[in-house]
Amino acid sequence: PALGLFLFTIARDPLRIIILIAGAFFWLVSLLLSSLIWFIAVKASDPRDEPLQKGLLIFGVMFSVLLQEAFRFLYYKLLRKAIEGLVALSEDGCSPISIQQMAYVAGVGFGLMSGAFSMINLLADSLGPGTVGIHGDSQLYFLTSAFMTMVLIFLHTFWGILFFHGCEYRRWWEITAVVVMHLAVSGSTFCNPLYVGSLVPSYLLMAAAAAWAYLLSGGSAQNLRRFLLCK
Amino acid sequence: MIAFMNNSDSEEEPCNERTSLMSAESPPVPSYQDGLQASQAGEVQAHRKRRTGSSRSPNNIADGDMSDSGVPVRESALENEEEELTLKYGAKHVIMLFVPVTLCMIVVVATIKSVRFYTEKNGQLIYTPFSEDTPSVGQRLLNSVLNTIIMISVIVVMTVFLVLLYKYRCYKFIHGWLILSSLMLLFLFTYIYLGEVLKTYNVAMDYPTLFLVIWNFGAVGMICIHWKGPLQLQQAYLIMISALMALVFIKYLPEWSAWVILGAISIYDLMAVLCPKGPLRMLVETAQERNEPIFPALIYSSAMMWTVGMAKPDTAAGGPSQQTWDAAEDGRENHRSPSHADSQMLETRSPAPTRPITSFEELEEEERGVKLGLGDFIFYSVLVGKAAATASGDWNTTLACFVAILIGLCLTLLLLAVFKKALPALPISITFGLVFYFSTDNLVRPFMDTLASHQLYI
Repeated sequence: PALGLFLFTIARDPLRIIILIAGAFFWLVSLLLSSLIWFIAVKASDPRDEPLQKGLLIFGVMFSVLLQEAFRFLYYKLLRKAIEGLVALSEDGCSPISIQQMAYVAGVGFGLMSGAFSMINLLADSLGPGTVGIHGDSQLYFLTSAFMTMVLIFLHTFWGILFFHGCEYRRWWEITAVVVMHLAVSGSTFCNPLYVGSLVPSYLLMAAAAAWAYLLSGGSAQNLRRFLLCK
Repeated sequence: MIAFMNNSDSEEEPCNERTSLMSAESPPVPSYQDGLQASQAGEVQAHRKRRTGSSRSPNNIADGDMSDSGVPVRESALENEEEELTLKYGAKHVIMLFVPVTLCMIVVVATIKSVRFYTEKNGQLIYTPFSEDTPSVGQRLLNSVLNTIIMISVIVVMTVFLVLLYKYRCYKFIHGWLILSSLMLLFLFTYIYLGEVLKTYNVAMDYPTLFLVIWNFGAVGMICIHWKGPLQLQQAYLIMISALMALVFIKYLPEWSAWVILGAISIYDLMAVLCPKGPLRMLVETAQERNEPIFPALIYSSAMMWTVGMAKPDTAAGGPSQQTWDAAEDGRENHRSPSHADSQMLETRSPAPTRPITSFEELEEEERGVKLGLGDFIFYSVLVGKAAATASGDWNTTLACFVAILIGLCLTLLLLAVFKKALPALPISITFGLVFYFSTDNLVRPFMDTLASHQLYI
């Protein structure tokens, strides 16, 4: 589905592709930094201590989430400046791309990158023999991973919109809401392999975020109805 | 092996020289350029790169005088339209470069992942005589550094040689050399590549069919690259030969040497293009003075030109023929120019004195292009291919390097828009690529593996 999003909405306009790749880059950098921190922490600690490792992992995850949001913010700043430049350049005084479109694309960029990083190795392995979880792990590993990745990609997209909207209008509560949601989703994955604990809340949150983003982007129930009934 | 590698090297030398982004040779429409330069004061924004399409190179030499007197009035009037056009087409150029670079990388990565041949260690180039099989780390490092020094010095020597040849107008020699090397590349490497691919997939092909296929492929390639041909076909061929060349490098360069070479070559590129005495810069300036295209088949051009709505009938007549000329011209110019490749060609190719006015009007309807040297393609693909081949994190590392290179390319184009002169395309991208490769391989991979094993998501 994310690929479909990409193809239909982004691939047409070259500017969006650039924003997308830049968004992916920012996510990547945040990942890099967070893994650096984690790596240092791990190396500095005792590798044999199991609970400590688990704790460090959790810490790493949280830190990474925070870093991701920080980078989203930085990216927002960059895009703001870019919009000013674009407006100055264009002859009729309005930018060829609105901040909301940028937010959307940035969100997709983040999401795609994080999804890619989560899934690609799995996909490559899945080309191998079809033994999933014979060592006592859950047999639904691939399926749940796929769903989780998809929900995460969508979530990133929606968070992008919400985040940028919050930054635009200086509503700090929106921004904190995004951060909290992200933390919540990542935290819920700690319940894995008890999949009920992670997938269901994530999907619920995603639905909520989707509705919120839709409303923010100017949609309304009426629009939706009209669209669905093809008026 | 020696003759084989010699030729490949001679191919690589021109390719390496062409790693710079260079300014346009001939003056497109200087008045337009001036107007644009005036309006391009200031801000460095993330989307300045979109204006690369119309940013001009400072053709300070002979060209500037030509049409300056002609159309000062038009400047301001058309400035706005230029801005508009740059907005429309600027980002497009970045994409026009993204696509071929991506394609090249995809081809290389796909081949590396599937065909075993290119990851086997079957010997080394004569240019990297020191083996890396030594037990100690220090020795290995030393060997790789020595390899790099040899390789870089070979490249420098070849570049200087080429520049000298160009300066003393030994065009025939250069053309012959290039034709020979591209011939070898098209036929021999393709043969090997095809052979390996067929072996991997266990498909049998008899010799006559093979001969026919390779002959056709090679012949069409030669025509396309060195003479005239449809632009897309030419672009496809250039991508293919870059990929083949990159595969050869990946196979025959030992590991550490490859990374050190990549680093060294970006430094060399930086120096060769920016230093006043650098060979590449001299090459560009000489070409600009003489107002002519330099070498065939060494750059990739994304320019498309169609002259829509001719303003004057005489240019209209010249229009269609110019189109095919231009497709060839694109291949001929090894400049990475921020300028309108087509308008250059208009200036150089049209027999009658090109009036700036007419080219002006045509300009507004044409698409502009950006050019990138083939060496850039090759080294980008080498980086990504090496990442795919040797990284134990597999796809994550490859993907990270890919994104890093694309972002480097964006930034380089951005700088191009700011500085408006020849720029080396390698350093920024390769630096990003290297940084991301090493960091992803060593830092991110354990993190992601641990996350994946617990199925945690960040």
